[in-house]
Amino acid sequence: MDPVAAKYIGAGLATIGMGGAAIGVGAIFGQFLSGALRNPSAADAQFGRAFIGAALAEGLGVFSFLVALLLLFVV
Amino acid sequence: MATGNAIDPIHQFIVTPLAQIRIGGLDASFTNASLFMVIVLLAITFLMIVGTAQKAIVPGRLQSVAEMSYEFVASTVRGTTGTEGMKFFPLVFSIFMFVVFSNVIGIIPYTFTVTSQIVVTFALAALVILTVIIYGVMRHGTHFLHLFVPSGVAPALLPFIVLIEVISFISRPISLSVRLFANMLAGHITLKVFGAFVALLLGSGVWAAISPLPLLGIVALTAFELLVAFLQAYVFAILTCVYLNDALHPGH
Repeated sequence: MDPVAAKYIGAGLATIGMGGAAIGVGAIFGQFLSGALRNPSAADAQFGRAFIGAALAEGLGVFSFLVALLLLFVV
Repeated sequence: MATGNAIDPIHQFIVTPLAQIRIGGLDASFTNASLFMVIVLLAITFLMIVGTAQKAIVPGRLQSVAEMSYEFVASTVRGTTGTEGMKFFPLVFSIFMFVVFSNVIGIIPYTFTVTSQIVVTFALAALVILTVIIYGVMRHGTHFLHLFVPSGVAPALLPFIVLIEVISFISRPISLSVRLFANMLAGHITLKVFGAFVALLLGSGVWAAISPLPLLGIVALTAFELLVAFLQAYVFAILTCVYLNDALHPGH
């Protein structure tokens, strides 16, 4: 296979990993919202924790974005 | 990139020197990135000095922005690290204001987004992690290593847990810097690509009729980018607090 084509295919495949991060972030905010609707008075105090969780989940997805960028511009 | 189009979405991130300065063998040129960092610093200084100069009991617009940002970061630091962590408030507040101003100024067309450069975000993340390590070791000595050994884990599992904790600690500066960088980069590329849609549709005869659609998309995306700009600055600040909390109270 042409190495350049393989590089682009690899970069495209790497971005699939961001779907996992999307599932994770969606799950966190979905659970947060369902919890917040059950007990709205406790929601504000947990807002920061929801964002910490979302940021950590997003961070792992961002690694796959990083792999795609490395494939496109560095390799 | 490969398409060879006239509209290049990466072009906006190119650092160009405005004034060539060479110190020894080092390239210390004043670039457009440096220019926007100076603008960001001037904007923050203006807000904090002019905004709080009057000290009115009923704050004006500028004063409320200054006070609200102070209170917002202070409550975040206090909520995450306790009152003990307030000694790190100047650090967290500086980082938050720098990131939020860089992000928001970067949304304005024809400006340069400082935080879309990995070297800038990694420098910020390295500053945070080095602060955590140096303060943690200074304050707790070897007890700081309890960070990697959670209590109440079955002895058979402990080596794996320690390994996972060490890997997660090492990946912190990478994830902290790449998160901000990737969000800014991806958002600005998306805006540029939608702008290219408008330009391409306008030059394609009949299809020019649907060119307002991506234009509306740009408006919506710019609003979304404003949200992302604040959100990523908040995430950066709150994760800084969480990591500093580890330095203050290691060993779960």
